[in-house]
Amino acid sequence: MADASIGLWTVPLAVLGGAIRVSTPFLFVSLGECITERSGRINLGLEGTLVMGAMSAYGVSYLTGSPWLGVLAAGITGALLGALHAGICSLPRVNDVAVGIALMLFGIGLAFFLGKPLIEPTAPRLPAIDFGWWSDIPQVRAALRINVLFLIGVAIAPILYWAFKATRWGLLIRTAGESSDAARAMGHSVLLIRLRATMVGGFLAGIGGSFLSLFYPGSWNEGLSSGQGITAVALVIFARWDPLLCLWASLAFGGAAALGPALQSVGVTSGYHLFNAAPYILTLAIMIITCSPKRTLTGAPAELSITR
Amino acid sequence: MTTDTADSAEAVGVAPAADPGFLQRYGATIEYILIPGAALIGALAAFGVFVALYGKNPLDLYFYMYQGAFGTWFSWQNTLTRAAPVILTALCTALPAQLGMVIIGGEGALLIGALAATSAALAMQWAPPLVVQIAMVIAGVIGGGLWITLSGALRQYRGVNETISSLLLVYIALAILNHLVEGVMRDPASLNKPSTREIGAANMIGTIPGTDVHWGLVFGLVCAIASYVLIYHTTFGFAARVAGGNIRAAKIVGLGVGKLIMTICFLAGGCAGLAGMIEVAAVQGRTNANLAAGYGFTGILVAFLSRQNPLAVIPVAVLLGGISASGGLLQRRLGLPDASVLVLQGIIFVFVLASDAVYGRIGFLRGKS
Amino acid sequence: MDFSRISRRHLLQGGAALALGGTIGARTAQAAETTIGFIYVGSRDDYGYNQAHAQGAAALKKLPGIKVVEEEKVPETDAVEKTMESMINLDGSTLLFPTSFGYFSPHVVKIANKYPKIRFEHCGGLWTEKDPKNAGSYFGYIDEAQFISGIVAGYSTKSGKLGFVAAKPIPQVLRNINAFTLGAKLANPKATTQVIFTGDWSMPVKEAEATNSLIDQGVDVLTCHVDGPKTMVENAARRGAFVCGYHVNQSPLAPKAYLTGAEWNWEALYPKFLKMITSGESIPNFYRGGLKEEIVKCSPYGEAVSAEARKHADEMKAKLVLGEYTIFKGPILDNKGKTVIAASVERGQKDPELEKMDYLIEGVIGATS
Repeated sequence: MADASIGLWTVPLAVLGGAIRVSTPFLFVSLGECITERSGRINLGLEGTLVMGAMSAYGVSYLTGSPWLGVLAAGITGALLGALHAGICSLPRVNDVAVGIALMLFGIGLAFFLGKPLIEPTAPRLPAIDFGWWSDIPQVRAALRINVLFLIGVAIAPILYWAFKATRWGLLIRTAGESSDAARAMGHSVLLIRLRATMVGGFLAGIGGSFLSLFYPGSWNEGLSSGQGITAVALVIFARWDPLLCLWASLAFGGAAALGPALQSVGVTSGYHLFNAAPYILTLAIMIITCSPKRTLTGAPAELSITR
Repeated sequence: MTTDTADSAEAVGVAPAADPGFLQRYGATIEYILIPGAALIGALAAFGVFVALYGKNPLDLYFYMYQGAFGTWFSWQNTLTRAAPVILTALCTALPAQLGMVIIGGEGALLIGALAATSAALAMQWAPPLVVQIAMVIAGVIGGGLWITLSGALRQYRGVNETISSLLLVYIALAILNHLVEGVMRDPASLNKPSTREIGAANMIGTIPGTDVHWGLVFGLVCAIASYVLIYHTTFGFAARVAGGNIRAAKIVGLGVGKLIMTICFLAGGCAGLAGMIEVAAVQGRTNANLAAGYGFTGILVAFLSRQNPLAVIPVAVLLGGISASGGLLQRRLGLPDASVLVLQGIIFVFVLASDAVYGRIGFLRGKS
Repeated sequence: MDFSRISRRHLLQGGAALALGGTIGARTAQAAETTIGFIYVGSRDDYGYNQAHAQGAAALKKLPGIKVVEEEKVPETDAVEKTMESMINLDGSTLLFPTSFGYFSPHVVKIANKYPKIRFEHCGGLWTEKDPKNAGSYFGYIDEAQFISGIVAGYSTKSGKLGFVAAKPIPQVLRNINAFTLGAKLANPKATTQVIFTGDWSMPVKEAEATNSLIDQGVDVLTCHVDGPKTMVENAARRGAFVCGYHVNQSPLAPKAYLTGAEWNWEALYPKFLKMITSGESIPNFYRGGLKEEIVKCSPYGEAVSAEARKHADEMKAKLVLGEYTIFKGPILDNKGKTVIAASVERGQKDPELEKMDYLIEGVIGATS
């Protein structure tokens, strides 16, 4: 540990560090949900997927000794839950919002049930890459100890943006989301497209969960998520179904989560409950400002039940 | 379609399966009992398999579930006590559902209702208990009602999705509650458990004579029946259901959709706020963080399982109350984790939703066989 | 209870293939056994508060003729009343340990009045003369162990800055922070403790953020008072800081970084309680103690603790056990410069003034609101 503290600089640094540390689960869940919603279906169950992902990643990492296998297991678990969601939703007259709530409950319950024996053991964690080697200030080095998953998430965002615009499957997903009739007319199965989109979405959300248990905060317990999955779903809506905006929004949320403790550490101590609620107030405020009753949201997939 | 459950139960009891005329008349009603019933049995079977995979005997599971939920008079009272708040929070989801809105923020309305009811009681300590209790009911209903009306108004006037906004408002309500309970409303004597001052023993609403179940159950029953009458037997309810079928169409026809949304949301939030008031006046005697016990979230489940029918909310709430009442026995006798209850609820929810696809497809109920 | 056993036997006779259930049948209560119920508010393997109690329960399980039933994650609502009653009515428990602070009022009081023959031992030290005689409330002066941790931390810090991750600014937490700081100042008069409140008892992401913020401020030894210290211990160790544990021994989580810790010693107290009951001696309704009474203990020193620190800490521990040292001895100023304990005043272990602590002493960086 170096001698000097860096005083008030802690706050922006903590917000930066927090943005990097805390944002990754938001990022993965929101990108995954972005794909699912673009295909015309909403999966509110990603909170359950996130928690299941965290549990299965920790369990597999503990049993095999390889955290990367844990990440893979989390992704597969997420994809399976996604398939379950898509499967039930493909039945006639089934409401996707309700199925999402059901799977949120089911995923959390299953994760707590199976995760009971995993609370105590210590599993191998994901390594971090030291991007702060150029700095002598330990705080900066700590803030820049970055996990590869974060970088992958940051890379996925522009790739996804490009893919939606310029690739065949991107077009297919958007067509399914804008008009299922058009997709059908083109000779594609809308249900199949949505099944795949929901599975990919679940896969990403599961990986987001693995970050929670295998990197930061870095252990499995039942209070791990505190609603991050559901917040990320809300985040997609105000990010206008745009992967790049999802990235910025996730970073903002991560930073907001770090703000409360960081302000306390420099002496701003009152109202920490309200600071803790800051991400939720922020989301609501942005939604109020950017939504309009006159028109459907720009970028909103026309088939999406919640925007109709 | 709108026959109440007691009638339908009788109908099932006497159903002479061979009479096609009878099936044509009651087919749809039987369907409404048969399909969720079958889904429930399917879910219980699936949970049994799950528990068997975990290495426990599923028959023991069913036995202890029955014993813990309905096996003794004590178990019944346990079940009904747990059902009481959930009937009310379920209405918070079921009522807006008539308009096609998915509100999942009953927990927030419950907390705000509790805060409002406690504030009313603390401000009126001079008044006779009955007056205080009535004031608490009014404050709880208004507090919770306005909280959900906020979601409704945002939907109507700003186009903000009500599912997301009501959920965000839960977290905000919890932060407000913690902030007030640890700040201005804190009883200085509540040293290690920050709480408001107590509303006073005289102002508590007590239990139904001869039982351990508090009066909250009666509040729940009355609200559920009143909601049923409102939705299915009044012009207002008819307008709501028309608007729920298609809000755009309703706008074209000239129904005051805004007014409908605001009124229904107020009533819905009022029910959840009442649940909060009851938790204060019948159980805790004051407001603190203990009130965020998840009744609002269980209510969502109950509402969907009862297919948003306010009357069906009652038996479903009792059923889920029973599951939660038997959870303790499953932990103690079978060594199952506490999350078993969550898993079972999730499985039931999934099965009942999937069963929506079967309506109108059972051949013999259509007299086709 | 008889009823339950009979119906169970009938069920088994009903299906011959059900012999599988025999193992569980054998576990039903027998008259010769004393059944003791344990109720936890969280998960009993949380490396924290609940695990400490579960370790105490495990010590009772080893005794002959004792059967322990446990239920975890029971919220502080009427659910805990029903769990207690269920343990009494369905399991035949005669001694109950509702272990969470918030269970006492109104829940334990209510059920203790209803079942005067059952003994209740609540953890929290809340019993007063007006409460039922068959209910007791015990607690430990764990600040004594925190004081020892503070001494060790004071010797181990290089920056002179210590960190404390705390849940809420309530008297018990403030007392721990202050005792820790007084210990640290004994070892290093210039040492300061910076505190961050997370707002609730279990918030892993906030705890991790608080840990990182503190270390960013130059803190190099941390301790905490939250329900599950695992997050703080692991994150601090990963950043190369030392830690002092809380509730139970967390050294397996970070063997190199773990200095010592303040632990509960329920595995010593609970068998003692049982011995008192079987020998016909009554347990005092208000039962508290510290290191001397073996209700709290210190974790064994980690390898990083210097010989000098060990010597000083052991010395002070011995003095506390003999009752020769008072931790809160005036003059003590709070961190705003106001005298909170005057020069000539010694506030001993059992001084009720300490139970109302609402200040942070000089040397603590942070505020109570």
